Amino acid sequence: MPNLWIRHARVIDPASKRDETGDLFIAEGKIVPSLPVAARKRARQIDARGLVACPGLVDIHVHFREPGQTHKETIATGSRAAAAGGFTTVVCMPNTSPVADNAGTIQYMKDAITRDAVIKVLPTGCITVGQKGQALAPIGSLKRAGVVAITDDGDCVQSNELMRRAVEYAKMFDLPVMDHCQDHSMTQGAVMNEGPMSVRLGLRGWPHAAEDLIVARNIILSEHTGAHIHLQHISSRFSVDMIRRAKGRGVRISAEGTPHHMALTDAALATYDTNFKMNPPIRTEEDRRAIIAGLRDGTLDCIATDHAPHTESEKDREFDFAPNGIIGLETALAVSLEVLVGQNRFKLPAVVDLMTRRPAQLLNLPAGTLAAGAPADVCLFDPEKVWRYDAKAGFSKSSNSPWHGRNFTGRVVTTICDGRVVYDHGKIK
Amino acid sequence: MPWHRRHLLTLEELSLAEIEQIHATAAAFKRTLKRSVRKVPALRGKTIVNLFLEPSTRTRMAFDMAAKRLSADVISFDAASSSTTKGETLRDTAQNIQALQADLIVIRHAAAGSPLYLSRILDIPVINAGDGAHEHPTQGLLDTFTMKEHLGSLRGRKVVILGDILFSRVARSNIYALTKMGAAVTLVGPSTLVPHGFTDMGVEVSHDLKSALADAEVVMLLRIQHERQAAGLFPSLGEYTSMFGLNKTRASWLNPRAIIMHPGPINRGVEIDSELADGERSVILEQVTNGIAVRMAALYLCSGGQPENVMPTE
Repeated sequence: MPNLWIRHARVIDPASKRDETGDLFIAEGKIVPSLPVAARKRARQIDARGLVACPGLVDIHVHFREPGQTHKETIATGSRAAAAGGFTTVVCMPNTSPVADNAGTIQYMKDAITRDAVIKVLPTGCITVGQKGQALAPIGSLKRAGVVAITDDGDCVQSNELMRRAVEYAKMFDLPVMDHCQDHSMTQGAVMNEGPMSVRLGLRGWPHAAEDLIVARNIILSEHTGAHIHLQHISSRFSVDMIRRAKGRGVRISAEGTPHHMALTDAALATYDTNFKMNPPIRTEEDRRAIIAGLRDGTLDCIATDHAPHTESEKDREFDFAPNGIIGLETALAVSLEVLVGQNRFKLPAVVDLMTRRPAQLLNLPAGTLAAGAPADVCLFDPEKVWRYDAKAGFSKSSNSPWHGRNFTGRVVTTICDGRVVYDHGKIK
Repeated sequence: MPWHRRHLLTLEELSLAEIEQIHATAAAFKRTLKRSVRKVPALRGKTIVNLFLEPSTRTRMAFDMAAKRLSADVISFDAASSSTTKGETLRDTAQNIQALQADLIVIRHAAAGSPLYLSRILDIPVINAGDGAHEHPTQGLLDTFTMKEHLGSLRGRKVVILGDILFSRVARSNIYALTKMGAAVTLVGPSTLVPHGFTDMGVEVSHDLKSALADAEVVMLLRIQHERQAAGLFPSLGEYTSMFGLNKTRASWLNPRAIIMHPGPINRGVEIDSELADGERSVILEQVTNGIAVRMAALYLCSGGQPENVMPTE
């Protein structure tokens, strides 16, 4: 593996408070302060004039469908899509088939990751056995097997008592508990946000109150137990407000916002396009603005994609019957730049922070910085590059994206993981 | 004005002029239904497929009857004995029907948006015969057609729709047609079945039956579905009837010339007393008959016919 000398980039590393035009040096897979003159001559030089060099992006919420649903995505294809999106570390949800509720399945995933992944893929385990919400999964064994968090994502633990015991028990292992906040009793058969648009379309609505109730529950449990609970893909204004207040009191709660919840509203469903069907659903303009405000003031800690691949034939059907979820790894940075920097005047380093240092910090991952000695995970992107996204030409096995055919400004050029170029100008290396 | 639409998917997308064109065409076809030979050759040689993936009696029979009155060949699709029970997708089913040389598909489906989905896949016209809780355009057209027959212009008329509005495709289609025709629409029922979100569609929402019925010239009842009670949306059918059922006393609050409508099927004694359903103000069976004429108009126009070419003669 050659040493790398990235020249003339705008280096943005919020973790080490760096934002300057300069060079980055990589030796033996690590960031180094400099390279001796002789080593520089041998190093592979990358001319990064006009590009931003930031830590490899970190996504703590993706679905790679392996084992069991490899027709939608595999660790191989998912990790390539991630690399193309500038990500070098992603955290996989455990709602595979079978679900990852035991150390054996985690080991299977780790073997596949070692064999097939081009970036760092980290597994999570289930909170409950079979993700059925009835009995605690072997959380300690899952931790020993290598999970970085536990979650029943896709589902939500409905029993308050079981959730309380889960966070108490996981706290013993310093293991974050991530929760998909959804009161099932209020969302039976629901396929979109409840409101004037669902009334108009005749589709069953998923009221934001069903998220808010579980967010409130989790805030109370976090406060009661002192455990860290991470709230996944927050979609409602009311929830953002509750989280803000809880954080103000010092509760150990954290939360994420997705690119689609910050960019889209339920008005996009007017044509029953299933590429806009997701859970939690995209909501109103008021909710969308609240997600952006939450990302601005730190109420929402990070951006996560909830990359959820489904095949074309699964999505190509009646809206009621199509599965929830959209892919997002290859568009996350572009959407975030458009919405946060372009439309809402975020500073570029703030967006980089939301996609690097902060998600890594939440789950104590060794990622998200360009500090000397850190793993050489780097994303080089051109913030001015105008491009058209073709979901069918992407690296994900699926193409269920609401952004297909859209023009964006800002594109990942090169992704480096542990000092190795894994993605460069449209190609996986 | 020529008719340009290929599909009939919603009344939301139709203009007032288009609604009136369908009404006028239906009126012409209705005259043919009174002749000794109640058949016109308008769609001779065409094949219409009724793709009903949800139970239906009157809508399906009315489409059958309408197609036959237009001299079309009709194939009715029986979901229970079809490949859909083997897991065939709607896309594949519809594409097979098209490949079997159908000229037009009439679809009823429990999933909202399905007719729009089919219209994008197929090259032949699609008519929506009811999609989930979304729309039932021919019902809205036949209801407004019936109202016009009794009241003339609907501009400024007060129309009350009473019952399970939230889950009703009939209510939505009627709301779109009636508001375009200038009627004042009030929705009434329990707050769980008539949410305030409907006010965005330009209608009043009320939970006070007496004030809503006062001076109304049309009251349209909607069927109360038993499963809504199981889902906790209202306490019991008895409670519903005692709060919102239309009985003789409550009917006396209406304008003297008011008509009583119901798209069927009726729960007698629940949303309406039998004596009113069968009484002189009831136009429920006229709605059924008008359903044939309106569906003849829809089939004819979507098949490429033009309103001015309908010339029923004895």
